[in-house]
Amino acid sequence: MTVKQISVFVENKAGKLAELTEYLHQHEIDMRALSIAETQDFGIVRVIVDDPYKTSCILKEAGYAVSITPVLAVEMPDEPGSLNHILKALGDEDISLEYMYAFLTRKAATAYMVLRVEDNEKAAEVLKRKGIHTVSHDVIAGM
Amino acid sequence: MEHYYQPEIECASREQIRTWQDERLAGTVKRVYENVEFYRNKMDEAKVKPEDIHSVDDLHKLPFLTKDDLRDAYPYGLLAAPLSECVRIQSTSGTTGRRVVAFYTQHDIDLWEECCARAIAAAGGTNEDVVHVCYGYGLFTGGPGLNGGSHKVGALTLPMSSGNTERQIQFMCDLGSTILCCTPSYAAYLAESIWERGLQDKIKLKAGIFGAEAWTEEMRHDIEEKLGIRAYDIYGLTEISGPGVSFECSDQSGMHINEDHFIAEVINPKTGEVLPDGEKGELVFTSITKEAFPLIRYRTRDICILSHEKCSCGRTHVKMTKPLGRSDDMLIVKGVNVFPSQIETVLLNQGYPANYQIIVDRKQNSDTIEVQVEMTQEMFSDNAGIVAGREKKLVDALKAMLGIYVKVKLVNPKAITRSEGKAVRVIDRRNLYQG
Repeated sequence: MTVKQISVFVENKAGKLAELTEYLHQHEIDMRALSIAETQDFGIVRVIVDDPYKTSCILKEAGYAVSITPVLAVEMPDEPGSLNHILKALGDEDISLEYMYAFLTRKAATAYMVLRVEDNEKAAEVLKRKGIHTVSHDVIAGM
Repeated sequence: MEHYYQPEIECASREQIRTWQDERLAGTVKRVYENVEFYRNKMDEAKVKPEDIHSVDDLHKLPFLTKDDLRDAYPYGLLAAPLSECVRIQSTSGTTGRRVVAFYTQHDIDLWEECCARAIAAAGGTNEDVVHVCYGYGLFTGGPGLNGGSHKVGALTLPMSSGNTERQIQFMCDLGSTILCCTPSYAAYLAESIWERGLQDKIKLKAGIFGAEAWTEEMRHDIEEKLGIRAYDIYGLTEISGPGVSFECSDQSGMHINEDHFIAEVINPKTGEVLPDGEKGELVFTSITKEAFPLIRYRTRDICILSHEKCSCGRTHVKMTKPLGRSDDMLIVKGVNVFPSQIETVLLNQGYPANYQIIVDRKQNSDTIEVQVEMTQEMFSDNAGIVAGREKKLVDALKAMLGIYVKVKLVNPKAITRSEGKAVRVIDRRNLYQG
């Protein structure tokens, strides 16, 4: 079970990020999570949104370089040790993370982690065995 | 007192220079027609025979030669002497696609070095001097040319080559270098480095001979003041021999072309019509003493003005202004020839679109070049490491093509303005060309 992350190339220049969010705003895209990876010259904005296909179409039309990547969204209790538990499970199975970021929702006492790994299926399997749940995009979209 | 290396030639009467040119031109044209198929075909096509060329007045009858011709003829197509008589090659700075190889017999080398010796003498150089050469050595003509010229003058020659500023300054102080030969931007950099170290009183420089790239009068004053020297310009191109095709004298008001070896013309780059003195146009050279690689009416693409006005230095050879621009799109960055088409080739090979912009600037007297490249869906990834890795690969490929570091800036797709007519591919912020 994966969620569809939208990644967007953004130049590292004042106002460029606002340009992007302006498009999202205009089309009433609702964001669930956001993270930015930056280098000196450019950034890669990664978002989890309610409607990834619409978002991707809008942004491509606006001239952005966009990719849709299936990633894992993991549900965990919002308490100390939860993340450690997840990372340990993956580490023990030698699964390496490319990147990850966390987000919260209105659902009390629950936190979410977006994980980017090479093999989603294998990672989900490993997590499942440890009793860790991955959620579907529909669940995220409905939040 | 003005120094000359060959006063009898450098200060010869105009009639004498003209006689040399007439004789040598006719001889060279006859020789290339007989020995070089390329020239024979070109002349036959233009319906000119060697017998039609008696003097400089007939020069306009001959067809032009372009850099493309040189590339087509690579490597041996324009060779006018047996390979067994050649002792050296040199090559232009463009590494791929635009390669031009020039051949030299020992006699060619001697004449080239004499031209450089004239430039060193004009800068005040004698056998009492220590000539510090930090032009690159190797295929580039800068180092070998000035090195040879310095030998001819009898000066102590320091073949430093480029780079390693610490060592340059140390040798300059320890060995008492008096004449510095390098690119003007490196001279400016050295001057700053010397001041930063507080060594300005330890150096004994009196003159500098700076060429291979365009520089402004402001830059000249800046270098002269910081180093306490007189800074002289020198001009040349590998195709014609290398540095020393022309050089500045004490008057510092243009460069004397060594007319006993090279006939200069200025033409309208569009029509090919020969222009009179004082008019701005493309510089065209005919080499009349070269054995291995004589070029007939070679279009340099450099825009300049010629002047036969009497010079205070006593030399009688025609003077050319510094290049005032180019009639093609070649850029000179850090002394290296860069064609936008070379950058385009690399971009396409690496999977980037051919829509790009080159921004050239000069920061702290050093050239910078940046290429703005549009990101595409295909080249993009959610992984910053992959994108950065591709960017690095592009930087490496540009370095391999051009021989210099080019900063790559990835921009949004379609961020670079598409113009309706000719795309603005190059923004040169250096303002090097005056007048």
